[in-house]
Amino acid sequence: MSEDLKKTIIDYVKKEYLEEDTQDDINESTPLISSGIVDSFSMVSLKTFLEKKFNIKIPDDKATPEAFDTVNNIINLLKDFKVA
Amino acid sequence: MAYSEKAKGYFSTELEGIKEAGTFKEERFIESPQAANIKVEFPTGSPPKEVLNFCANNYLGLSSHPEVVAAAHEGLNERGYGMSSVRFICGTQDIHKDLETKLTEFLGTEDTILFPSCMDANAGVFDVVLGKEDAMIADRLVHASIVDGMRLCKAQLYNYKHSNMEHLEEKLKETQDCRFRLVITDGVFSMDGDIAKLDEICNLADKYDAMVLVDDSHATGFMGKTGRGTHEHCGVLGRIDVITTTLGKALGGASGGCVSGRKEIVELCRQRARPYLFSNTVPPVIVAAASKVLDIISKTTDRRDKLEEHTKYFRAKMTEAGFDIKEGVHPIVPIMLYNAKLAQDMARDLYGEGIYVIGFSFPVVPKGQARIRVQISAGHDREHIDRAIAAFTKIGEKYKILGKQKNEIIEMYGL
Repeated sequence: MSEDLKKTIIDYVKKEYLEEDTQDDINESTPLISSGIVDSFSMVSLKTFLEKKFNIKIPDDKATPEAFDTVNNIINLLKDFKVA
Repeated sequence: MAYSEKAKGYFSTELEGIKEAGTFKEERFIESPQAANIKVEFPTGSPPKEVLNFCANNYLGLSSHPEVVAAAHEGLNERGYGMSSVRFICGTQDIHKDLETKLTEFLGTEDTILFPSCMDANAGVFDVVLGKEDAMIADRLVHASIVDGMRLCKAQLYNYKHSNMEHLEEKLKETQDCRFRLVITDGVFSMDGDIAKLDEICNLADKYDAMVLVDDSHATGFMGKTGRGTHEHCGVLGRIDVITTTLGKALGGASGGCVSGRKEIVELCRQRARPYLFSNTVPPVIVAAASKVLDIISKTTDRRDKLEEHTKYFRAKMTEAGFDIKEGVHPIVPIMLYNAKLAQDMARDLYGEGIYVIGFSFPVVPKGQARIRVQISAGHDREHIDRAIAAFTKIGEKYKILGKQKNEIIEMYGL
């Protein structure tokens, strides 16, 4: 697994979803959706980011809350697109 | 029979899951008109209990106002009960056009179209205004009806951190290539009672050539000096391109909603908005009563002034009593308790004291943000507010949370 890829996603999630004054931190196995850090409505930003960054199109049936729940899950998802 | 055991089993399991998750909603039966003082049968089967209602959206206390009820009777007598039609076939009466005109004048817009509800207004408007070459940029805490409306629209969806203007600006920059951009926000956010920074939003929209849509359901009728809404409160009258709002809260509280704004957008809604085209017209009785409400609140600001006074008083006294409340000026007052069980237990005990309030927890509010949401009304008397403060203080003492900060409450009860 590419450490760069992991860092890219973690950095995006922190910037996009965490408030600046938060004490929360996240790593590759932190639950994002099921923990409430990212709700299903906000998840769309993450999907758009991945699609633009890697020039892919993630179909709706693959963009599930489970597939986006941790950075590890996202990296697994990206393997289907030969990104990871 | 096509309703198989398999299907029945599946639905039953789903219901059990909702119960286990603690999110199963039970309705309480009210045996009186909506008002500050109501009779409630709860738990079901128990004798009706008189309680003070602090959880209605009856902000101006007009839901059962004698003049509004009389106008409803008159509407019923003069224009009948139902129209048995959508608007464009044979469902538009003179009073529908009159109400649309009054709403336009009151909101300070160019034109207005009625919908059966604000949920329907939000379900219809986005798909009319935007196409796939456009972008919707929404605050992350917008109402569920907006989220659903956006899902029905083919435009690209973006969202920004709640009320975070830097993040909104980033999204505006990111979408520069789109044909049209629409910034979407609630005027007042229903769980926190906080107000959108509409002045800053309008400035950013001007800078980046975007339109602005505001759902002002929790503001129309009482926010701003003359009650026009959040746009008046924030000094941006005439700068909001689309306002969606409801007749189901301050404006009489029955049902119905509208899209009000730029006249071309409103006319396009009349031609293309599916919830408008394919659902029945708003019944005459509601139109007549809502029209009276607008007459009442256009004539005097007494009711919104009283609401403002009550709100200031309640917020000050509750803070003084030692509750952790979200600061603000809106009659939605969140009493922060953080722990879901604590919020439920306190709401139950307050009901025992004759104060009807509801505890809210995840997924309605973010995890660890459980609270009791109090809603003040101009229909309350000062004595009602004092009774609520006394009851809250008594129950707050019981749970030993008075004067406690967030971290102390979490330490005592967990998240």
